Order: sequence, then structure tokens, then C-alpha cells
Amino acid sequence: MNDMRLVERDVEQVTGKIEARGVQVHYGEKHALKDVDVTILDRTVTAFIGPSGCGKSTFLRCLNRMNDTVASARVEGRITLDGQDIHDPRIDPVQLRAKVGMVFQKPNPFPKSIHDNVAYGPRIHGLARGKAELDAIVETSLRKAALWDEVKDRLDAPGTGLSGGQQQRLCIARAIATSPEVLLMDEPCSALDPIATAQVEELIDELRAQFSVVIVTHSMQQAARVSQKTAFFHLGSLVEYGETGQIFTNPRDPRTEAYITGRIG
Amino acid sequence: MSVLLTLCLLAVLAVAGFVLCRARALAVVGGDARRLHSLPGYYGWHGAIMAAGPALLFLVLWQIGQPLVIEERLGGYFPQAMIADEAAETLILADVRRIAAGLEAAIASGAMTAEEVAGLDVAAGSLRDRLAATGVALGAEVAPETLEAAQAYRAMAHWGAVMRSLLVMGLALAGLAHAIRVTGPDFRARNRVERVMLALLMLASTIAILTTVGIVLSMLSESIRFFGFYPVTDFFFGLTWSPNFSGNSQLGLLPLLWGTLYISAISMLVAVPVGMFAAIYLAEFADARVRAVVKPLIEVIAGIPTVVFGLFALVTVGPLLRDWIAMPMGLGNSGSSVMTAGIVIGILNVPFISSLVDDIINAVPQSLRDGSLGLGATKAETVAQVVLPAALPGIVGAVLMAASRAIGETMIVTMGAGAAAQLNLNPFEAMTTITVKIVSQLTGDTEFNSPETLVAFALGISLFVITLCLNIFALWIVRKYREQYE
Repeated sequence: MNDMRLVERDVEQVTGKIEARGVQVHYGEKHALKDVDVTILDRTVTAFIGPSGCGKSTFLRCLNRMNDTVASARVEGRITLDGQDIHDPRIDPVQLRAKVGMVFQKPNPFPKSIHDNVAYGPRIHGLARGKAELDAIVETSLRKAALWDEVKDRLDAPGTGLSGGQQQRLCIARAIATSPEVLLMDEPCSALDPIATAQVEELIDELRAQFSVVIVTHSMQQAARVSQKTAFFHLGSLVEYGETGQIFTNPRDPRTEAYITGRIG
Repeated sequence: MSVLLTLCLLAVLAVAGFVLCRARALAVVGGDARRLHSLPGYYGWHGAIMAAGPALLFLVLWQIGQPLVIEERLGGYFPQAMIADEAAETLILADVRRIAAGLEAAIASGAMTAEEVAGLDVAAGSLRDRLAATGVALGAEVAPETLEAAQAYRAMAHWGAVMRSLLVMGLALAGLAHAIRVTGPDFRARNRVERVMLALLMLASTIAILTTVGIVLSMLSESIRFFGFYPVTDFFFGLTWSPNFSGNSQLGLLPLLWGTLYISAISMLVAVPVGMFAAIYLAEFADARVRAVVKPLIEVIAGIPTVVFGLFALVTVGPLLRDWIAMPMGLGNSGSSVMTAGIVIGILNVPFISSLVDDIINAVPQSLRDGSLGLGATKAETVAQVVLPAALPGIVGAVLMAASRAIGETMIVTMGAGAAAQLNLNPFEAMTTITVKIVSQLTGDTEFNSPETLVAFALGISLFVITLCLNIFALWIVRKYREQYE
């Protein structure tokens, strides 16, 4: 890892996109997330790192209220998207999730054709007028996800027939087809081989131009490679949050240093 | 020695085989089980199988073969004239067996001694009366040939039983001895035992297939006899069903087929939407407490015997439909109607469909739902556009299975739809189905020698072919879409 390069990397955007203040999550009796304060910047890749069970995926699922679908989960605290409280009763979680897209750990293409997988979001949100426009959205999304060249001749083939890496890129294309403002990625590369991982990482870097990307990852190299900001979670608490270069070269908290050097985790 | 006693002895030998072989295997290696090829228990099982298996097999074969051999020999006791045709021979042989059994019963109850029985003579008095005293009723006086044959039958049966016991026991002991002899550290006992278990599993799966083949063959042969009496085209394309046991029947399949399909279609119109909606509610929307109560309650319906549903159709649904719908609309005044039977069969099938579909929906991975919800789809959109398409092959399978059940349903149709075979579009008219007519053609003391009774087999095989086609179609759908949706 080229540490010098990391230190020199700048965060160009400084506008806050998502602000989380005092977020607590309980799963039944379990206190999964304790008092987390984070500001996620616009047009920035933010990485969440930490050992398994530290609450990073839980926090990610708070950001688009996916925890609402888990019966035992209870979320407290204030999370705002562009200054608007996402738990405000006037906010429909369904609309929120259209703005805050999500890519999951395991590729989960729908049992539909490749085209229909990508067109799913635009269709239900009515983003396209007519077939031509829908096809254009599908093509743009697949191009952005670096999948177009591989699938352009078989858009009617089932999405489940693709390889693991292609499936994950299809899921990313599906998520960006609804043109979200924030893209949440929960360990998007954990089921992929190194080549597919490299493709997805390159893609994440390109997506930064349009979206704010939040990525949960177990790989510290990946966090260092793709992100500008890094948050380290441990035992349900946010331990340290800062510039990626600073977190990896000059961590302030001894627990962060211990995790990065491989002594806890 | 009776068969039961033989079986008990075989069981004892099997247990002995287990204990002896296991002990011997351990003794050979001085108690160190790791030096054996297999675990000690496998040597035990090998001993038990060798002791009981071949002997049991032999016993079964003997029990099948002995009556055949004896009947073959009994034929020699009668003049050719008496057993000229097959029916007469069957009757005489049945008499012989009943007299032999009666004589045995007489000895067992003490009414006659063994010597008296041996010395019986037709001339010495009415054998019929004496046997009647011991509880064996004979239709006619016993002919001397028959008595002689019965005595021979008894002798052969005795001899057979002795031989059987000796051979079975001998085989069991030989098997046991063999098992003990081969038991040793190099003997691959586990492989042997597993091969026997594999054979048993294969046998079990074959029995279902062979039974189906047997059913088809027996129906086919009777159907072919029917078509010897009645023209094939008149059966398949006849528009009238009016059987007449004094002859001159019109046995057209079409009115019955129409009734069957009409009633099934109505029942599916009831069962599919209600069952699907119930399943979707239970699987996707109901919370755990509601589900815990509602699901068992729905499934209780599946446990109600169909004849009770028939009563429900007869006394409740039928009159209700007649008084509130059919009569006001001028569609007839029959309490039994296609509608009644269709609705009640539909209700019967609701838990069947809802239970199967609920399981299928639950098998759709949560990750697909998360993926859809994460894109901003509502729960309803997720169910309609992701979950149901993913579950489609299973749903189609469940629906077609329910359709097979509706087509084969008999009791509800008998009580709810009446027995009038007619081609009619009015769903408030009484109609009938193939199954009902199969039952009514065979009810009573009938012999299978007239077209009126044999038609039941032709109807049966038609029904079988219809449901078979439905099932094949269901399998085809499931397979076609499963490749796509995995």
C-alpha cells in the first residue's frame, strides 16, 4: 500500500449529505449500535470498517430505514438527508429508499431478464416515459456498471444466469438506475473474485462523481483504495471517523491502530 | 409350525445373530474396535440380516408358491367334465378349501377327532350338516371327489407347513453360521449392510411405481373387454349417458366429462384466488401471532372428511344457492347443482393451495425482498413483481395438484351436484361427474361381464389419463421455469 499517496488524497467536497446524531439501535434485547454521530459528505466515498458484529452494517441499514423491515429492530436518534429528518412521519420510507439506494453483500438479481432487473426501479417509480427512454436508462446504468459490453447481446437472458461478479455489477446497475443520491454498499465484494472486485472498485470510484457512496467492507486495503473518508466501528460504537489517509497512517485512537495493524478483529 | 411362530423364531435368531456377530468381531481383535474394518455394530447388523433375510425371502416365496402347486395337483382329483371351464374350476377349488378349513376347524373345536375326520365318508351321513354344526356353511352336498380332494389338500398343507418350517429354520441357521464364520477384521461389514439397505430403499421406491403399473394394466384389460362390447367412438363421442342394465344402454363419456370439467373449473375459480390471497397474507403480511393462530385454523379444513363437506353442500350451500340465486334469477329450482359442488370443492381445496403456496413463498430468499425494498419498491410491489414470479413454478404445481384433486373428488359431487348426466351450460342445474358414475355403475351385487359395469373401467382410465396429463403438465411447467428462476 502506498501510504504517501493516501496522505496526499484530498476530499474535494465538503457539503454534508447525511447527518446522523446520537443513533442507537436495539435488536430485541441486544444493543447493536451505541450513540453514533457521523456526517457523510456529498460526492465522497465513505468506508465503514470494523470487526464482524461491530454495527457497521446495522448503521448502514439505518440510513435508508431498511431496519424498518426487521420486526425486532428499534432505531433511536436523528438522521437527516439534506437537512430533512428521515424519520419524519411525512417521509415515506419507500421514497427514501429510492433516493438512498442499496447494494447487498450477496448478489441478489431478481428472477427476471437482465433488462427487467435494471428497469425494475425506473418502472415502479415511473422514471421513464415510454419504452425508448426506459431502454436508454437501462443502457446508461449498465454502462456505468461496466456491464454493458458483456450483456448487450443477451438483455433478455435471466439475470440469475450471469457469473457472480456480473450479478453484483447487475445489482449495482439496478441500484443506480433509479438515480439515487446516496448509494449504500454492504460488503459488495465479499462474494467476488479479485478481478471482479477490481472492476467493482473502479466503478465505485467513478460513481463518486454523481453520488455519495457509503461502503461497508471487511478489507482494509479496499477501504484504503476506494474511500476518502473512513469510519471505524468497534463493539457497536463509532471509534474514529476521519480522512482515510489519516485513519490508516496516523490513527488517533489506540483501538483503531490495533485493528489496522491486525491486533484486534 | 405356524407362520407366526416361524416369524417369531426368525426374530429371535436375528437378535442372536446381532449379538453373536458383534461379540465375535470384538473378540477377534481383542476388544480393539479400531482394528476392525467397520464399526462393531455393522458386524452385528450383518449377522442379523444374514440370519433373517434369506429365510424371510424364502418364506415369502414358499407362501406364494405352495397354493399354486397344491391347486395344480388337486386338478387331478376331478374328472375333466367337472372342471371344464375356468369358472367351474375356481368354484370347486374354493369348495375344497372351505371343506378343508371346516375339517380343521372341527378338529380344533373338538367336534370331531383327527381319526374321525380321516375316516369320513360321504356315504356315512350328511357331511354338510356336520360341518354346519362347526360353523362352515356349504351351498350343496359334498361330492365324493371334493371330499377326497379336501383330504388331500389337508395332507399337502400339513406336509408343506412342516417342510416350510424346516427349510426356513435351516436357512436361517446356515445364514447365521456363515455370518459368524466370515466375521473378522478384514470383512467389509459396513459395505454389505449398506448394500442391503440400499436394496431396501430401491424396493420401496419400486413398489409405488409397480402399483401404478398394476393399476393401469388391470384397468386397461377391463377397458379392452368393455370396448369389445361397446364401440369406442360411441363411448368417447357419445352425447348421451343412459345406462340400462337390461341392455340397450347409451354410454357416452362427454356428458360426464363436461360435468367433471365444469365442476372442477368452478372449484378452481373459488380455490385459487382465495387460497393464493390467504397464502400471501400469511406469508408476507400477517405478523407472527396472527400467523400462529390462522395457519393451523385454515389447515383444520384439510382434515375434515369430504363426506362432511358433502353434507354441508347438501343441507346448506345447495338450498342457499337455490333460494337466493337460482330461483330469483329463474335459473332452475334444483338444490343440487354444479355451482354447489364447485363451491364446496373449492373450499375444500383452499387450505391445500394456501398451505402449499405459503411454504413456497417462504422459500423465496429474503435477499430478493431486501433487494426490491432497497430500490424503493413498496411491500405490495415486491410481492407482486419479485416474490410471486420467483415462486411461480411452485404455485403452478400447487394449483395443478389441487385441480387433480377437484377432478377426482367424488363424495361432494354425489351429494352436492346430483346424479343427472347432462350437457348443460346452466351452473344451477344438477350434473354429474365421471367419479360419481364409476361408483354408481359398480354399486350393488354386480358381475363384471356387461358393458354397464365394465364401462366403469373405461371411465376410470379416462379419468386417470386426464389427471396424468395434468400432472405431467405441472411437472413440465415447474421444470421449464425452475431453470430460469434459480
